[in-house]
Amino acid sequence: MRPVAVVAAGKTPFGVFPELDIRALAVQAGEKCLANARVPRQKIESFYLGNFAGPAFVGQNHLAPYVSMALGIQGVPATRVEAACASSGSAFFHAWTEVAAGIYDLVMVVGVEKMTSQPTPRVTEILASAGDLAGEIRAGSTFASLFAMIACRHMYEFGTKKEHLSAVAVKNHAAGALNPDAQMRKTITLEQAMAGKPIADPLNLYDCSLISDGAAAVILAPLERASEFTDKPVRVRGIAQASDYVALDQKPDITTFPAVRLAGEKAYRMAGVGPEDIEFAELHDCFTIAEIIATEDLGFVSKGCGGPYAMEGHTTLAGERPINASGGLKSKGHPVGATGVGQICDLVQQIRCEAGPRQVARRSLGLAQNLGGSGATCVVSILGAE
Amino acid sequence: MRTGTVYTETVIYSAAPAFAADVPFQTAIVALEDGGRVTGRVLGDRVAIGDRVIEVETRDGVPFFKKA
Repeated sequence: MRPVAVVAAGKTPFGVFPELDIRALAVQAGEKCLANARVPRQKIESFYLGNFAGPAFVGQNHLAPYVSMALGIQGVPATRVEAACASSGSAFFHAWTEVAAGIYDLVMVVGVEKMTSQPTPRVTEILASAGDLAGEIRAGSTFASLFAMIACRHMYEFGTKKEHLSAVAVKNHAAGALNPDAQMRKTITLEQAMAGKPIADPLNLYDCSLISDGAAAVILAPLERASEFTDKPVRVRGIAQASDYVALDQKPDITTFPAVRLAGEKAYRMAGVGPEDIEFAELHDCFTIAEIIATEDLGFVSKGCGGPYAMEGHTTLAGERPINASGGLKSKGHPVGATGVGQICDLVQQIRCEAGPRQVARRSLGLAQNLGGSGATCVVSILGAE
Repeated sequence: MRTGTVYTETVIYSAAPAFAADVPFQTAIVALEDGGRVTGRVLGDRVAIGDRVIEVETRDGVPFFKKA
């Protein structure tokens, strides 16, 4: 297996863009990415597109060649990967396998989602198709309600408080306010976060990520050739994908995500590091409770301690281990199919010291965790300066 | 009718179009006495974790529970 590097990264802002269709979004991110490196597009040998629900959101299928051909990347294998909100994390993982295995030298990954052309109730319904339609969804569950049930049980078992959830929202809004590419650039107070409109008890509007349009792109190459393409390669130190039950009611313990633990352990092993070595992270805060549980499952804190960990400020921009310095899905936005590669772009930006006022102090080793559904897919990537 | 204990629950205020007329409504994962868990709706009084519930009806394959 060869060492692999990210040699280029580029993304659109995340937000509401009625003037851009799904292909235009993907092409914009792809062009920014191509402009970020010395990679002639004719040299790209394989193309992956992460997308959750283009067919349902905008009616378009066959998205991978639809985008690759529009980017002038002709004739290569073009493959769409769907894994709910982990679609482009999974696409990134599969692109990495091709480069690591020596099958191809230059592989491009684009993640895209166009969500805002549908009204919120329809978006809720489309997102719910990532759950178990034969069970939980037929009973009326939404993704917010599934994570609400997770939060309810976490509170019951570990004494996690509503304030802990809201502290995650306050922190991620504070970081997002500094991110020019974020959808919601405003700070909120703990009081505001606690008093949001109820969505699914105990989660309110401020506990939920946003409905967004956006795209993100990266190019992978073997580390030994990376300097041909960029002066600032970022090494993929460890990466793994894992899976678990789609239905929440099939999981023996809903306060933990086994796929996150598995992917995390494998990625740590590959990188030769432990959780204590991770200096900053982009975690999948689709709902505030998800970030809290991710800090536990990835070993940043012990089980049940994620709430106080968020509340005590360790994970703010100025904290000892900044989490979601981008603003996270909560504030940066969550165009679901773009989120996984978006997180990779955020790590690359930090490691290259290009994050401006959001720049984290210790930036040599970062982790991205991309979750699909209520935990049925997880991809963990560890990126480093060297 | 099946009986069980509430493993976790929520009250939904924002739903997909097919359930919009029902909000707010409670859903729960119920640990069934005979083993296994199922996601169902709750009718009547709100239930909490640990409450005993009994299935009162099934609509389109979805179990509806009430506090026992």
